Amino acid sequence: MNQPDQKQHLFDNPRNVSLVIRSLYIVCILLFLLDFILDRHVTNEWDGTRGFYALFGLIAYIIIVLAAIQWRKLVERKEDYYDVDD
Amino acid sequence: MWMTDLPPFVPFFIAALLALITRGRVRNLIVLATPVLGGLHLWLDVSPNIVTTVSILEYELILMRADRLSLLFGYIFHIAAFIAAIFALHVRDTTQTVSGLLYAGSALGAIFAGDLITLFIFWELMAISSVFLVWARHSERAIRSGMRYLVMQVSSGMLLLAGALLHYDQTGSLAFDFIGLQGIGSWLIFLAFGIKCAFPLLHSWLIDAYPEATPTGTVFLSVFTTKTAVYALARGYPGTELLVYIGAVMTCFPIFYAVIENDLRRVLAYSLINQLGFMVCGIGIGTALALNGTVAHAFSHILYKALLFMSMGAVLYRAGTIKASDLGGLYKSMPKTAALCIVGACSISAFPLFSGFVSKSMIMAAMIEEGYDYLWLVLLFASAGVLHHAGIKVPYFAFFTHDSGIRTQEAPLNMLIAMSIAAALCIFIGLQPLYLYALLPWEVEYWPYEMTHVLSQMQLLFFAALAFVWLNKIGLHPPETHAVNIDADWLYRKLMPDTARSVYGFLKQTGHRIEDTFDSTLKDAAKSMISTRLGRFNLAASWPTGSMAFWLAVILGLFLLADAMN
Repeated sequence: MNQPDQKQHLFDNPRNVSLVIRSLYIVCILLFLLDFILDRHVTNEWDGTRGFYALFGLIAYIIIVLAAIQWRKLVERKEDYYDVDD
Repeated sequence: MWMTDLPPFVPFFIAALLALITRGRVRNLIVLATPVLGGLHLWLDVSPNIVTTVSILEYELILMRADRLSLLFGYIFHIAAFIAAIFALHVRDTTQTVSGLLYAGSALGAIFAGDLITLFIFWELMAISSVFLVWARHSERAIRSGMRYLVMQVSSGMLLLAGALLHYDQTGSLAFDFIGLQGIGSWLIFLAFGIKCAFPLLHSWLIDAYPEATPTGTVFLSVFTTKTAVYALARGYPGTELLVYIGAVMTCFPIFYAVIENDLRRVLAYSLINQLGFMVCGIGIGTALALNGTVAHAFSHILYKALLFMSMGAVLYRAGTIKASDLGGLYKSMPKTAALCIVGACSISAFPLFSGFVSKSMIMAAMIEEGYDYLWLVLLFASAGVLHHAGIKVPYFAFFTHDSGIRTQEAPLNMLIAMSIAAALCIFIGLQPLYLYALLPWEVEYWPYEMTHVLSQMQLLFFAALAFVWLNKIGLHPPETHAVNIDADWLYRKLMPDTARSVYGFLKQTGHRIEDTFDSTLKDAAKSMISTRLGRFNLAASWPTGSMAFWLAVILGLFLLADAMN
């Protein structure tokens, strides 16, 4: 299964990786700016604030990851935890 | 095509019998033709308001009750059974083929059941037929896990039966229509549905057993059981407010587990609960828009979840492992599988133009309409969580990230075909939601592609992705490690056995102590007895059983004699 692989693949080239990341930055900036250009209709008390969804997505994601790291400290056990009897 | 009143489970049960006695191409043909013909039968012959009954003794079982709700679930179950059958076409294992067909048939039986007893029968058949898909893995872990799964599933059935009988006692009806939470019977039925729908704390069978099943078996499992439960809740408990809160919890707690879980199929199992949460919320809201959203979301969810499980099944099949810590760089050897997985990831994350977007947004809109503003925020939070574990983590850790050095082949052709069909449907529903909307049970005007909505969803998702890039850059993203994370199954896998063991040990020790105390007391008593004057008589000897029995017999005989003489 593990043969040496000489072929250069798409993301072996760091330039392609940074291309993807840069495109993400650009898309994010554009999406954020669109909030100030387009006239959006408001459905509830929060989403009238400009940039609400962008900030919410960013912060929610960070909270999820940071909370999960703490959660891991509480629930993580060795891989054979259920296989051995104390 | 066929008789109008032929219940949809019948072709699958006949096919299961035929699959038992055939091999090779004939069997493949049967397995593929069954969902196609069954689906065409449903589409062409069966219209709403058809009812089929069969009488057993005095009781009338309603084997088929077709309306727009059951029909829509019927269609998607046929489509999913067809896709899963193609995906499993290379498998030469009679057990899996037969149980797959029986399982799909039982689920259809449950969907079209018109009364609670028929529902119970198929509910239990689903449990029994599906466990073989877990056991077919043949590992010690799978067998134990399957046993736990079976216990939970059968308990759900028992609760359903008990609840149905109590409900009958209370209402005089066994019809499977709106039940609502009133009386102990309805609560038991609610709990029975709740187990199969993976309500919080009742969910651990799902994350325990699904990742232990065979690569192809998990695809079948991901489709039927939980969605049958969603259907049952939508039928029996629409508008039950408790469900909104249960659903909101279901959307949230799995995302934290999914972030730290190493087994990528277990990540998908957690993600499955999260998606069920959205549907349960919709049922709890209970308006036409919310229920349509639930049904539509079940429809698109079955396809993208099956697609994701198929792509991970293909990885497991080819790479031999599904641990995120051991994978990476697989896009080099499995580029097509990677691309198809990304389609599933975009669909589940609800990117515009993919299926999740057009269905989940109906539930979100219904939440706002009914004034659940704070819970709407919770669901929005959960949506960012979906992007994390299913949208980014699964494809990223399997196919990209650092190169694990694993070089293997692309997935087999049948797997690629199955995944491609699912992916095509995900995109088709995303692009042309009207075809799905036209099938929905209730008449509601809804259109997802409205500028504000598209923009806000894109902002949410792209900025969440930005957070991922940033966390990765500063090294805060949690690494994947070989470990297990304890969940509710800890109760019966660790706490209960350990408690039982220590109680048993304590009782055993106490028993020994009591025995010792008695022994020594008795011995002392015997000694002091012998040393008295009475000790000289025969009956005081320390081997009294024989002589005692003899004298008892004599006394009894005398009594009988005396009695007879009287």
